[in-house]
Amino acid sequence: MNEDGDLVAVIGDEDTVTGFLLAGVGHVDERQRLNYLVVGERTTDDEIADAFKAFTSTREDVAVVLITQVIADRIRHLVDAHSRAIPSVLEIPDKENPYRPESDSVLSRVRHLLGGDGT
Amino acid sequence: MSNQNRLQVAPTVTQLAVIKLRLQGAVRGHALLKKKADALTLRHRAVLKAIVERKTTLGEIMREAHFSWTRARHAGGESVKHAVLDGVERAKVRVRASEENVAGVKIPKFFLRDTGAEQRRMELAGLGRGGARVREARGAFEKAMTLLSELASLQTAFVTLDEAIRTTNRRVNALENYVTPRLQNTVKYILGELDELEREEFFRLKKVQAKKKRDVEQAEREVAEIVADDEALRIASEELRAYDDVVRGEGGRGAGGNLIETEQDEDLLF
Repeated sequence: MNEDGDLVAVIGDEDTVTGFLLAGVGHVDERQRLNYLVVGERTTDDEIADAFKAFTSTREDVAVVLITQVIADRIRHLVDAHSRAIPSVLEIPDKENPYRPESDSVLSRVRHLLGGDGT
Repeated sequence: MSNQNRLQVAPTVTQLAVIKLRLQGAVRGHALLKKKADALTLRHRAVLKAIVERKTTLGEIMREAHFSWTRARHAGGESVKHAVLDGVERAKVRVRASEENVAGVKIPKFFLRDTGAEQRRMELAGLGRGGARVREARGAFEKAMTLLSELASLQTAFVTLDEAIRTTNRRVNALENYVTPRLQNTVKYILGELDELEREEFFRLKKVQAKKKRDVEQAEREVAEIVADDEALRIASEELRAYDDVVRGEGGRGAGGNLIETEQDEDLLF
């Protein structure tokens, strides 16, 4: 664990990632590894999966992974399989698509536990 | 009956004390764990509510952030985007995890932390046009980051608590349905065995007592017989003496008579 604190990783479309980079989460380490992935039109599911795995299991300095919901849907099996507390994976809405609580992997568990519609 | 579901112990008083102590410990542990599970569940519910609440606000905040970013892009053109994407150096915003203790379960909590790392190249974004808009967008995303770090804390708490509750409940159930009945059965078994032993002992003592009584009676009877024999002997000898007296005609003078006073002796005629 870094004494300065841990990083926030972002996987998302260009606008979302740029926004968070603007806020200052971006980081390039000594080995030129990025803590974000811009998913464009030509990004394959494998690339997303690799980045997600890197952020969630390989890299020790990532504590929070932000992933837009549309992209999370593309690697849903990985997101759902991630059960460890740290890093915590947060699904965020992107620009074009409104936030859909029903497909959020954590919220669906929450709702399952609370019963009913979870509000 | 409870042969399977009990500990293999020797049924002694010492073991009974040991098992009873263990049973007491199990019962107390069960109560404590139950309390812990309750505390965790309480917290868990609170976290769940907070998550649902935050997730709903997240939608709005993100929409706002995206909107302001779009305005910034519109004002600054594509160059702003490139300036931002190229401007990544050291992370300015990091999260720091600290631990919070709920009923013995450590829950990580994230704090957003400004490392103060200079982002000189990032500052250049929007320098040409739309600087104010870019600043706005930055503010909006920073706000979103704050909410997201809270949400991350809650979510980690949720996952950690979930796991903790599951293990605690497993322990509670194990104590309730396996350990405690097993110990209770053992106590029952030992008590039963001890009772059995006591009954055996009682029976044995009875037997011993009966035997002793019989022996005493026998001895008494023998003594009585001897006494009776003696009595009979005495009577017989007395009678014999009386008979002797009668035979010697010395009525009451005792056997033998006087050998010196011969004149009183009757002549013996052969």
